[in-house]
Amino acid sequence: MDAPTPKRYGRGLFLATVAGGLTSIAWGKPVWTKVSAALGPAESLVPFVPQGWRIYTVSGSMPTFDRATWRLEIGGLVDRKLSLSYDDLRALPRAHQISDFHCVTGWTVKNVRWGGVRLRDVFAEAKPQFDAHGLQFVSAEIPYVDYLTLDQGRIPDVMLAYEMNGKPLAREHGAPLRLVIPEMYGYKNVKWLREVNLVPQAEPGYWEQLGYDRDAWVGRSNGYGA
Amino acid sequence: MKLVRRFSRTERTLHWVNATGFLLLLATGLILYLPRLSVLVGRRPLIKDIHFWGGVGWVSALALVALLGDRRGLLRTAGEIETFQPSRFNVGQKVNAVLNAAFTVLFLASGLLLFFGERDTRFRFASTVLLHDGLMYAALGLLVGHLYLAVIHPATRHSLRGMTRGTVNAEWAKRHYPRWAPPAD
Repeated sequence: MDAPTPKRYGRGLFLATVAGGLTSIAWGKPVWTKVSAALGPAESLVPFVPQGWRIYTVSGSMPTFDRATWRLEIGGLVDRKLSLSYDDLRALPRAHQISDFHCVTGWTVKNVRWGGVRLRDVFAEAKPQFDAHGLQFVSAEIPYVDYLTLDQGRIPDVMLAYEMNGKPLAREHGAPLRLVIPEMYGYKNVKWLREVNLVPQAEPGYWEQLGYDRDAWVGRSNGYGA
Repeated sequence: MKLVRRFSRTERTLHWVNATGFLLLLATGLILYLPRLSVLVGRRPLIKDIHFWGGVGWVSALALVALLGDRRGLLRTAGEIETFQPSRFNVGQKVNAVLNAAFTVLFLASGLLLFFGERDTRFRFASTVLLHDGLMYAALGLLVGHLYLAVIHPATRHSLRGMTRGTVNAEWAKRHYPRWAPPAD
């Protein structure tokens, strides 16, 4: 008599692994969120990735910051154009907040401590004109640009941040200055800011021209939520 | 030294094509993933292109080797790996091979979702990046164990010869794979 055919455990393991992996597209993030809530910030357990940040850029090299020559230009539909040095900016009233940062690709960094200035304090001297309904944020990383409506810019925790977690903003996070709008996905939080212009209305920014939503509300845009 | 044949030319080609592709994707993937490396290297759009097309090339090259090589031999090997009974390979080696095959499928699927998700919201899921990263950690764990046994551990590192030249010492084979009856070379 022939020996019984050996069981094909390998096929079972292969199919189970593939099935588990593919279905994790549906359960991965909810489970990870639960695990990280249970363990404290679970992402700090993942080696080499500080707090879960990933650094996304669209051009060949990251802009560099020279404190002596750096300027933030405030222009467009304003009564008085401004050119602020880094020290001018630091002399404005300092605001701080703790907020979560969400990337549209699915990762989140909780409880980021930001320090910086509110837009109204930046605009106080420039005096926006009545026909301005949009804000243009121009990055030193060419050709990155994005927009908010003036109303979105008035959300209380929108800020121009020059500090992150108690330190001056690091180069990879947009040194020396980035936009922070926690209500929207990261691609609206323009890094390496060098110009803020008052414009007649918000236009599609860099990623929006590639099909992402202009109003990038966390959890209810870009195919997420209803 | 009496030698016995352990790996065919097709098996060895498949292994080294797989290794080359994996290492290229690991290197470019880590540059995209780890903030320190992202800052050090920069050139993200270029690295992204190399990573994506490297992945497409990796899977295509594997398919090509399988198609143009000794297909029957590969199928026989697949059947041998599936049983989980010690033969030319021990159970650990079989589990490693099966997991790597499954990971390749999942790397490809999640990678394509990331690529098309960047272009169309219908393919965008909040967990894709978690799957792709998790796979990397799991595959890296397997690779470290594999490299230790194949290159460093004195009792087992002779097996590297099997994967480079195809043959291994008959005595060594008998000691490590007593249930394997190899054809003499």
